[in-house]
Amino acid sequence: METINYQNFRIDAENICVDYNGKVALYDANLRLKPGQICGLVGMNGAGKTTFFNALTGFVNISKGKIRINGESVRSAQKDQTIAYVPQNEGIDSQFPISVWDVVMMGRYGSMNIFRCPRESDVQAVKDAIERVDLTDHLSTPIGNLSGGQRKRTFLARAIAQRASILLLDEPFAGVDIRTEKLISELFIQFKNEGKTILLSTHDMIHVREFCDLVLLINKTVVAYGETSEVFTPENITTTFGGISPDFLFGPES
Amino acid sequence: MELCSFLTLDSFITDPLTHGFMRKALLMSSLVAAVCGFLSSYLTLKGWALMGDAVSHSVMPGVVVAYALGLPFSLGAFIFGVGSVALIGFIKQKSRVKEDTVIGLVFTGFFALGIVLVSKIKSNIDLHSILFGSPLGISLSDVKQTIFISLLVVILLSIFRKDLMLYCFDPRHAKTVGINVFFLHYLLLTCLSLAAVVGLQSVGIILVVAMLITPGATAYLLTDKFDNMTVISVLSAIISSLIGIYISFWFDLETGGSIVLAQTFIFLFAFLFAPRYGILKLKNFFAGYK
Repeated sequence: METINYQNFRIDAENICVDYNGKVALYDANLRLKPGQICGLVGMNGAGKTTFFNALTGFVNISKGKIRINGESVRSAQKDQTIAYVPQNEGIDSQFPISVWDVVMMGRYGSMNIFRCPRESDVQAVKDAIERVDLTDHLSTPIGNLSGGQRKRTFLARAIAQRASILLLDEPFAGVDIRTEKLISELFIQFKNEGKTILLSTHDMIHVREFCDLVLLINKTVVAYGETSEVFTPENITTTFGGISPDFLFGPES
Repeated sequence: MELCSFLTLDSFITDPLTHGFMRKALLMSSLVAAVCGFLSSYLTLKGWALMGDAVSHSVMPGVVVAYALGLPFSLGAFIFGVGSVALIGFIKQKSRVKEDTVIGLVFTGFFALGIVLVSKIKSNIDLHSILFGSPLGISLSDVKQTIFISLLVVILLSIFRKDLMLYCFDPRHAKTVGINVFFLHYLLLTCLSLAAVVGLQSVGIILVVAMLITPGATAYLLTDKFDNMTVISVLSAIISSLIGIYISFWFDLETGGSIVLAQTFIFLFAFLFAPRYGILKLKNFFAGYK
């Protein structure tokens, strides 16, 4: 086999396994993504999507395998602010007493001093990020007073302010309004052009066809991985969802 | 004024101040309240009320052993406070028993151990003051220790204020950008144990959890800004301490209980009348809303 230059891959996960106290959540999973690629992560609830994200961010430790981010360890990716995680709306406490500005500023924490005092450049990055997601009118709005779509955009702005080259998005389209969906899809195109790599989990098959160059179907391990046009077939999807036919999952028109 | 000293607000406040023990009690309780109130914001947002209860009860055997050995009581309390949390984590991980059950059984176990130790050791330990607090009878060495611990906790919380907020809000993001979440977790636990130690002098082990959660809960109803929440929490804690001590002085009531009752009443007041989050929704009432 020829030698591979790992620097070429933004994400390179090789045979990774994750288990929680002996219970296997993910095994022998592989994923390679280059700059500018958008990959959909599709699977049932409990199939290991969140676990996969957690492994890439270093939130859980892998028990086997190897992860390289831009050719380096997850630890150094954390230090370099390489990966941004955009949580599911359900994954955060929306009643937390914090404003849009404060949340987006958290994207800068990793590169600030220990007291987290914002510098001029941090303030500018936060301003720009909020402008890109069209929330300038809501700078000091508590996140509890935002709609689901606005809240999603707030966390996208945090990822933008972080200036990460890899974005992990957990259900970015769940529970958002049409306007937010349009804005997110425009941002995806911009991110792609900027050479960012995006991995997003979704339940919506239409979004996979629309946005994703690649798709990773998982059910505790990789069921299929490759170009969306080749891999995203009814047979593969049926296998991923444990034998339930795609017609049943998303209507006869697909 | 001297004739009906009780009835004028002026002497209601100044008379107790002529007693040295009252001045000391008011000062120390305010300090302790401020520390607990500061921490309270984090505990309520993190959802650690039960953890606060567990740690504060678990320090009991530590306090008893430290007294018996002549060590600083804070040291013993700290070891048992953090130890209880470690034990809770261990049992939870290694068994199928649910977390709240594990917390409940561990802290009652520690607490029972403390009570048994008191009856066995029978030294000069005053069980009543440990259980119910004794802000009026605090000794000089306790004063020094309390000031030291309070300053330590305030400094730690001030330095890591924003990181702890991030840790409570979104630990996954914190980890992703390379912030040491493990350290923050144990920092918060350490502060919790230390605050429980100083708080128990004011209101005792049984009620100290109120000092750690009620001010934060009150503040949470009154604001949508984290910094304001901390300030309101600290102020409401201090005010309740002062009210509690005065009330207990004039009406000869248990001091710890009075302080906590004052906190509870302030919470109920916020629960009813908080502009946005009170059940009466006064903001809508006055403004017609939008």
